[in-house]
Amino acid sequence: MGRYVARRLLQMIPVFLGSTLLVFAMMYALPGDPVRALAGEQTVDPAQIAAMKKDLGLDLPLWHQYWNYLVGLFQGDFGTQIASGRPVADIISEAFPITIRLALFAFLFTVVVGISMGVFAGLKADTLRDRGLLILTLLLISVPSFVLGFLGQYLFAFQLGWVEPNVSLEASSSELILPAVVLGSLSLAYVARLTRTSVAENLRSDYMRTAVAKGLPRRRVIGVHLMRNSMIPVITFLGTDLGALLGGAVVTEGIFNVKGVGSAVFDALRHREGATVVGIVTLIVVVYLAASLIVDLLYAVLDPRIRYA
Amino acid sequence: MRGAKSAKWVAGAAIIALAATACGGGNDDGSDSASKEKGKPAGYVSVDVGEPQKPLIPADTNESLGSYVIQSLFTQLLEFDGDGNIVYTNAESVKSDDNKTWTVKLKPGWKFHDGTPVTAESYVKAWNWYANIKNNQQNAFWFEDIKGYADVHPEKGDPKSQEMSGLKAVDDTTFTIELDKPVPYFEYKLGYYTFAPLPEVFYKDTKAFGQAPVGNGPYVFEKWDHKKLIQVKANPDYQGPNKAKNKGILFKNYATVEAAYQDLISGNLDMIRQIGPKDLPKYKQDLGDRTVEEPYAAVQSLVPTFYSKTFKDIDPKVIQGLSMGIDRATITKTVLNGTREPATSFTPPGVAGNQKLDTDVFTFDPAKAKALIKEGGGVPDNKIWIQYNADGGHKEWVTAVCESIRNATGVDCVPDAKPDFQTDLEARDNDQVKSMYRGGWVADYPLNVNFMRELYGTTAEANNGRFSDKEVDAEFKKGDNAASLDEAIKDYQIAEKLVLEKMPAIPLWNYKINGGYSKSVDNVAIDFRGDYVMTDVTVK
Repeated sequence: MGRYVARRLLQMIPVFLGSTLLVFAMMYALPGDPVRALAGEQTVDPAQIAAMKKDLGLDLPLWHQYWNYLVGLFQGDFGTQIASGRPVADIISEAFPITIRLALFAFLFTVVVGISMGVFAGLKADTLRDRGLLILTLLLISVPSFVLGFLGQYLFAFQLGWVEPNVSLEASSSELILPAVVLGSLSLAYVARLTRTSVAENLRSDYMRTAVAKGLPRRRVIGVHLMRNSMIPVITFLGTDLGALLGGAVVTEGIFNVKGVGSAVFDALRHREGATVVGIVTLIVVVYLAASLIVDLLYAVLDPRIRYA
Repeated sequence: MRGAKSAKWVAGAAIIALAATACGGGNDDGSDSASKEKGKPAGYVSVDVGEPQKPLIPADTNESLGSYVIQSLFTQLLEFDGDGNIVYTNAESVKSDDNKTWTVKLKPGWKFHDGTPVTAESYVKAWNWYANIKNNQQNAFWFEDIKGYADVHPEKGDPKSQEMSGLKAVDDTTFTIELDKPVPYFEYKLGYYTFAPLPEVFYKDTKAFGQAPVGNGPYVFEKWDHKKLIQVKANPDYQGPNKAKNKGILFKNYATVEAAYQDLISGNLDMIRQIGPKDLPKYKQDLGDRTVEEPYAAVQSLVPTFYSKTFKDIDPKVIQGLSMGIDRATITKTVLNGTREPATSFTPPGVAGNQKLDTDVFTFDPAKAKALIKEGGGVPDNKIWIQYNADGGHKEWVTAVCESIRNATGVDCVPDAKPDFQTDLEARDNDQVKSMYRGGWVADYPLNVNFMRELYGTTAEANNGRFSDKEVDAEFKKGDNAASLDEAIKDYQIAEKLVLEKMPAIPLWNYKINGGYSKSVDNVAIDFRGDYVMTDVTVK
């Protein structure tokens, strides 16, 4: 187990380097010069732009820029934003906490409500309540999140007046509930469907029949025997979903005016702030890697037949 | 039934949480005068001005978000009123006998926010610093008229001098500016916020200053929560004519214009600068007489690129014909939702020297458009492209303009989208525009000169169409050598008539601000740049 974890952690290094290089190269390849764009349609002085690029190290070839970036990164320096001159680390430390909270809320919502709904439907497959769930989740999957966001805003903020339409600057937890529900609803649908199928299938398996035949109480049959086995595909999905929630919040954050990673990375992309984009994407990659490691380890916990040497 | 239980529990928790916030909101509604805006001190006004791109240094900001904040913190020598006339703020007088040497007298007793006095030296030193190429200030070129600019800002290499020879402090409240050559309208340029003075503390740590500036303006810097808000408070010791009538301003950053609009109508924001397309059709109903709809000094035009295959050595009649093929009235009304006013000249209303051009070039007339294009020898390949940036909401009107040209003149017109502004600018800089591009220009100072010389002069750096005409250049030069401001304006008016014959651009329409304000503020007006006059806004 320990060796397995160590090996996995070592494997993360090339993945990390590869992904940063890839994002770096993509930013480099994008047309449009961030330094030139600062001047907009106003007069530009080529000498000055050249001087600024030299100061920022943007006149160097790609490999050299990447090298400088990596060296900085290992010294804990995420680089500096071109326009604002602020360290990227500051931007990240401002944007990440709120998005992590938002993503965790959405994740929690997905896990608790999604799994409950899935189990609820899967235990009585092909009944009315199962069909109802399938229709509801189909709706959630097919409605784009910005429609859901505006709808929620309209209904809960303007019609019912329960919440403010936008998340305020403090971003208190109660304000984050609505955006988190909107953000989590797509994965909720998938989780519910995965759980439902897996529960319905496992209900018919031999070990379930044995457990019932042994006379185990229904609580234990469902809570331990059925759930443990049914959770494997769901957990796989949830692992990758956590990363997706972090990165995919652009639309939701825009609608509810949340100043998180989504808006930060979108802004940075628009302004061609390479270092910022790479920094944020790198962190999301790390979250993905960590989540998938945890998922793999959870397999062994759920299914004792799976062992990691 | 584990699942069912936890589902109930979560739903219950959510309802309790929602109910709790609802109660909070309800209580605040009771007191009508106090804004329910969270974290806003009493007497402050809030406006949706997002994160400035750059640190807050006057000469390093040229976008509208940063300039809002700069203008609240700094006061330069003079400002302009609604008609484009000069109003002295920090200067008592700005005089010149020959338009070459200007003498500035400052009002005595002015202080920076840290208590140090504003002297002639504060200006001279700041301008020298701004102009120096080592400091890489975006607006350094504004100082190029001053004698000795080339020494501190050479085209290549290090500066030869740290000071411009044209700037001299005579005493504490007087300094002189000597220019390279006479510029009759130089005084107008001084109204640009880049000409603001700096306190001594700036030179100790310019980086820290950019994050927490110390100015001499109507407001004092309080805090900057990056990407969230900038807060400034009224300066009680301010002596200028534009003293703040409110207690302070919150410049708030919104992710989208729609989000800002929603905060405006739910009472969490006082003023909004621009209504998004989604809300434009209904905002007048929502806001009633709290709607702000006013033109400001900005022009949108189509700029032919004279290096392109299409417009190389073209007869200007063809461009005039294309101009007459555009149904400005209908497009501004329908596609643009009334947010623009059809252009009637190369300069927008509200700038000194704006005139009625006696012409039909800006009038929609398909028959004459066709005739003119034919007379001028037609468009090569009978096809033009209009380049625009897809990230700025231009797609709809560019498509409409193309449609109009195609129907009216039979010339095929294709919108040429670039994914964003950067890519668009890059194509312009590298002379890669296929036929024409979408141009936009907001006045730096309210004078017709700013819409002529800066855009259509052969050597003008914002002349990305590479228009070059000796006669036009000569006319501009005449205006620059005029003996007085009035004569310069007149010369440039003559130049505009010549420009009309040469057609370096097709003016389309002038911008209007479409904004609004909440019930808790009053006296909301805009200036020639389309910015709210923040100092005049009062809290009810």
